[in-house]
Amino acid sequence: MSMDYFQYLRKEKMPHIWCPGCGHGTIMKSILRALDKLKWNQDDVVVVSGIGCSSRTPGYLDFNTLHTTHGRALAFATGIKVANPKLHVIVVSGDGDAMAIGGNHFIHACRRNIEITLIVFNNNIYGMTGGQASPTTFTGFKGTTAPYGAIEQPFNVCSMAQAAGATFVARALDLDAVAMDRLIVQAMQNKGFSVVDAWSQCTTYFGRPNKWGDASDMMEHYKALTYNVRLSDKMTEEEKAGKYPVGVLHQATRPEFCAEYDKLIERVRPVEK
Amino acid sequence: MSDEATKPSGTVKFLSGNEACMEGAIAAGCRFFAGYPISPSSEIAEKMSGRLPRLGGKFIQMEDEIASMGAIIGASLAGQKTMTATSGPGFSLMQENLGFAMMAEIPCVVINVMRGGPSTGNPTGPSQSDVQQCRWGTHGDHPAIALSPSTIREVFDTTVACFNFAEMMRTPVVLAMDEITAHMREKIIIPQAAEIALVNRRKPVLQAGETYYPYEAGEDLVPPMMNFGEGARYHVTGLDHDRTGFPSAAAEIQESLHRRLLDKIEKHQEKLLLFEHHRTEDAEVLVVAYGSTARSAKRAVEEARAKGVKAGLFRPITLYPIPEKQIEAAAAHARRVVVPEMNLGQYKLEVERILGKGPTITGVNRVNGEPIAPSLILSAILGD
Repeated sequence: MSMDYFQYLRKEKMPHIWCPGCGHGTIMKSILRALDKLKWNQDDVVVVSGIGCSSRTPGYLDFNTLHTTHGRALAFATGIKVANPKLHVIVVSGDGDAMAIGGNHFIHACRRNIEITLIVFNNNIYGMTGGQASPTTFTGFKGTTAPYGAIEQPFNVCSMAQAAGATFVARALDLDAVAMDRLIVQAMQNKGFSVVDAWSQCTTYFGRPNKWGDASDMMEHYKALTYNVRLSDKMTEEEKAGKYPVGVLHQATRPEFCAEYDKLIERVRPVEK
Repeated sequence: MSDEATKPSGTVKFLSGNEACMEGAIAAGCRFFAGYPISPSSEIAEKMSGRLPRLGGKFIQMEDEIASMGAIIGASLAGQKTMTATSGPGFSLMQENLGFAMMAEIPCVVINVMRGGPSTGNPTGPSQSDVQQCRWGTHGDHPAIALSPSTIREVFDTTVACFNFAEMMRTPVVLAMDEITAHMREKIIIPQAAEIALVNRRKPVLQAGETYYPYEAGEDLVPPMMNFGEGARYHVTGLDHDRTGFPSAAAEIQESLHRRLLDKIEKHQEKLLLFEHHRTEDAEVLVVAYGSTARSAKRAVEEARAKGVKAGLFRPITLYPIPEKQIEAAAAHARRVVVPEMNLGQYKLEVERILGKGPTITGVNRVNGEPIAPSLILSAILGD
């Protein structure tokens, strides 16, 4: 399958800011392949982000793009979607942006089940600010604010999303871009709030201090930390212990916010005489 | 069946300030509201939640004030006239995204029904203690437009003005009401739709194939605005940016952006200044008061006149930008200026700066949750 990436890229904004070995570019390309498959009109697509390395993504993409304040992308995106439900709204966010400063907006967007797709570029660290521990830094792992190793428990992005009410929840690894494409397409097709926890290696600020090697070494580490959810039934609890499933983890059908609001308008709008 | 939504305008009503604010917003074309409950502003959200869906508009209760501010910016970018309403602590939470709206030049309206602060302070008592927060609440140098009404009809009119100023200037506009004005009820005649002048954001006029530069301003310094989804796929950021909307680290571009954001307010200042002179033409003692305090002040001025003292009232309705020349003119014959306000001298600072070492300037200040009675202002006028 060949596609013209440049159709969707603002070429003049290249080169991007990401470090060699960073997984963010892989996720960005996967998003573009998903959009190419869906054939949405570029004018009808809005990509919203907060602050961080991942949040620079919209600047490279030729859609309606909005780079907001730290953690608040979902709040802005909610306003856009409710004001004009015809727009396809995609939010890209990092693990710190989505799960720490933006955690409240995350759970409420899940609860509302508003038709927005959130892609969390999860690299377990604050990259842009220089490698501080994030809410998804694994216990015992180092960051510049956890020089002796994190003593806190990390959030599980997908468990949070499911518990809060998201109707499509998936985890994808950048080392399996084909699977990631499929999961992002499914997320974008869902008539409700979708979360894709997209894992990405930060070679500079997570790999180095934790002695996880270069990008390909880091991918091996992440591979060892995960398993395909479709093999779950064939695995023992011991084999799954401490590991994260990858694939579609949750799907549900539940009323979507904008559709419900339209019904409310129909119900209370005065009848023309 | 009585039908609020389709009732013609031009009707007589008996409304609170918060209700009149909702009516003003609807009349101005607001069809999107996002908010979070907080006293003493909550009735505005409650009323909007009832009215908007009946008009095909949208109301959403967000998870906090930060999200409310973000949502109205997003909805404005998607083409709606948008508003939120809050009070002191919630207004503090909105400041970061208010700065975003100023920087990214997204029109929207924020109603702040002031309450005593700092912190939780006095949630239900009247206060005017957010005046300087209206000017300097968010970080960085930034433009600010803030209005403060005194009567229920004026709440309606200033709410409409807030939307018009926001659309005209491409910037957020704040309505700073005190709790007395918000909860007091008065008779109000809601004007006919045809009597209300509305302003809509200016759209770019592009030739076929012409690139849209979202931050390229002409002589009026306000760039034309295209909404998301209308065909020009552009970028919006809170970072310092050039005319294309993309971040720029070039010193001259950053400098000219920040100067333009302030200059556009300066350039259109005359259109933004709303104020009232009351017997100031020969005033030897001038009172400068706004909001409900101005009602007490007007009474005190009348009582002083009855005693033979040439007193007058200047009432800024637009607090920011400050009607500086008008204050100077009102104080032309004044030997003394009295500035009563339900805070510890926030607007007095501005009056002192404007009038310098001319007249003696005295504050009448209360921060105890009680209004400022005319007798207190009268004492200050008489120099007791």
